[in-house]
Amino acid sequence: MIEGILVEGLVYSLMVLGVFITFRILNFPDLTVDGSFPLGAAIMAVMITQGSSLWLGLAISFLGGLLAGIVTALIHNKLKVPNLLAGILTMTMLWSINIRVLGNRANLPLLRQTTVLTHVRNMAAGVMSNAVALLIFFLAVTLIAKLLVDVFFRTDLGLTMGAMGNNEQMVIATGANPETLKLIGVGLSNALVALSGAFVAQYQGFADVNLGQGIIIAGLASVMIGEFLVRSNRIWVLTSRAVVGSILYRGIMYLGRYYGYFINLTPNDLKLITGLLIIVCLVVTQIRTDKPKALVTVPGAAGDKLPQSGSGETIPAAGPPSATATATESGSVGRAP
Amino acid sequence: MIRLESVSKVFNPGTVNENTALRNVSLSVREGDFITIIGSNGAGKSTLLNLVSGTFTPSAGKVFVNQADVTRHPEYKRARYIGRIFQNPLLGTASNMSLEDNMTITYRKGFKGPRISLNHAMRAFFKERLEQLDMGLEDRLKDNVGLLSGGQRQALTLLMMVLSQPELILLDEHTAALDPKNAQIVLDLTMRFVGQYKLTTMMVTHNMLHAIHYGNRLLMMDKGEIILDVEGEEKTTLTVDKLVQKFHEIRRRTFESDEVLLSETE
Repeated sequence: MIEGILVEGLVYSLMVLGVFITFRILNFPDLTVDGSFPLGAAIMAVMITQGSSLWLGLAISFLGGLLAGIVTALIHNKLKVPNLLAGILTMTMLWSINIRVLGNRANLPLLRQTTVLTHVRNMAAGVMSNAVALLIFFLAVTLIAKLLVDVFFRTDLGLTMGAMGNNEQMVIATGANPETLKLIGVGLSNALVALSGAFVAQYQGFADVNLGQGIIIAGLASVMIGEFLVRSNRIWVLTSRAVVGSILYRGIMYLGRYYGYFINLTPNDLKLITGLLIIVCLVVTQIRTDKPKALVTVPGAAGDKLPQSGSGETIPAAGPPSATATATESGSVGRAP
Repeated sequence: MIRLESVSKVFNPGTVNENTALRNVSLSVREGDFITIIGSNGAGKSTLLNLVSGTFTPSAGKVFVNQADVTRHPEYKRARYIGRIFQNPLLGTASNMSLEDNMTITYRKGFKGPRISLNHAMRAFFKERLEQLDMGLEDRLKDNVGLLSGGQRQALTLLMMVLSQPELILLDEHTAALDPKNAQIVLDLTMRFVGQYKLTTMMVTHNMLHAIHYGNRLLMMDKGEIILDVEGEEKTTLTVDKLVQKFHEIRRRTFESDEVLLSETE
C-alpha cells in the first residue's frame, strides 16, 4: 500500500512540477494540462504497440506536450486571449487529437506489451520485489526531472521567467520579449506533463482519452498541499515540496478510496474531495496571511505545527494567494531604510 | 538622439471617451540632455514618455532613435537602450526574488539563454555596486526584494537600470511615491548616476522647484502640447514665479494644479 502511494505520487509528480511551473512561477494558469497529459499517454501507448524504441516514445511524448503548450501560449500571445481561455481551447482540441493519436479509439490497452517498466521489472527480478524496483525507478526519474527543473530556474533564462510571473513590466524593461518566455515556459511545463502521462499509461497498463479529466485540479491540489510544508524562496525547496505534495495528495486519495466507504464515500466522490481539499487549502492560506502572528497561539489552527523556516528572511516565493505578496509589499513601502 | 516628429496620441478614437493625450508634438532630444517635464494632470507628460519607450504607438507621427525609425518597434526592443523608472517602486523589481537574482536578470539587456551567470565574481561585483547606494543592501544579496522599503527598492531599481547601460533614461515621477527623505535620497542618487554615466535623461516631475533646479532643459506641457521649451541661461534664471507667469502669458489662464501648487511650498 505505502509503495503504491509513493509510486503513484512520484509518477504524477512530473505533472505536478509542470503545473507548479505555470501556476506558480509563470503565473499563467494553464488548463492545457487536461489535454497534454492524455496526449503523452496516447503517444507513448501507440509507439509501444507499434514496437518503436521506448526512448523515442518518451521523447515524442515530451515533444507532443511541448507543442501543446506552445499552441496555448501562441493563442494567448497572438490573439490576446486570456490565458485560461487559451488553455481551455487547446485542451478541448486535444481531446479530438488524442482520439486520432489512439487510432480513432478512446483507449488503448498495453497488456503484454514491453514497456519501460517491463525492463525495470526484469532488471530487478530476483534482487528485489517489483514494487520496490518501481519505487526506485520512479524516484530516480523524478529526481532527475526535479534537478533539471532546479538548474533551469537558476539560469538567466529561468530567472527571467520567474521575474515575469511576478512583474512582467520588469522583464520588458530588460529587453526580453515576454511572449517568447511564455512560449518556452508553458511549452516546457506541458512537456513535463505529457512525460508524466507517458509514464502513467505504462504504469496503469493503458492509455485513455479521459485520463486527463480533472488532472489540472489534482495537480493544483498537490501544489497547494506541498505549500503547507515549508516556506521558502529557494527553487529546490519549491520543487521538492511540489513532489512531496503530489505524494501526499495521492495518499489522501488512497484513504478516500479505501476507507471512504465507512462514511459512504464512493470513488465517484473523489473529485468532490479534491475540490474541497483545494478550498480548504485556500481558506487556510487566507487565515494564515490575515493573521500571520496569531497563528502560533491560535489552538487548532492548521498552520500550528508547520515549520516557519526563516520566517524573518523569506516570504513564500510565489506564495499561494497573491495576497501574501501584496501584504508584504505594502507593509514595506514607505518604511525608512 | 531621440526625435519625435509631429506625434499625436488619441485614446479610444471614435467613441464618446475619445481623448487626445498628445497633439502634434515634435521634440528633439540631444545626447547628454537632461530634460525636466512639468505640467498638470492630463497634460500628456506620461503619454510622451510612453511614446518614447514604445508602450504606446502614436496615432500619427514618427519616433526616431539615432536617425532610425522605431515607431513600430515594441517596447521590449526599445528597452535595450532605454531605461525607465516608474512612480510605483514595485514595478522595477520582482518582489519574490532575491536581490542577486533581480540584478542578474537586469544586468544585461535582451533575451538570456539557459546559462548560469550568477557566480562569485558576479556577486562581488553586485556587492561593490550596492555599496554605492549606502543603504546596507550589499549584505542582503539573498534577501527577497519584497522585504525592502519603497525607497530602497527605487534606489535598487535605479542602480540596476544604470548597470544595464542604457543610452536614455525616462524617469516618470520616480520619487513621487516616496516620503520626502527617501525621495531626496533617490533624487540625489539619480543625479549622481546621471553625471557618473553621462546619461541622457527625461524626467517628469510635479515639483516645479525640482524641474527648475535639475537638468539643462525644461519642458512645460499642457493639454497634450509642449507649450514651453527653455534651456541654457534662460533655464538657469527661471523661478517658480516666472514659470507661472509664462504659463499665464501663453495660455491666458492661471496655472493651477493641486500637486504643482503644493510642491511650490515644499
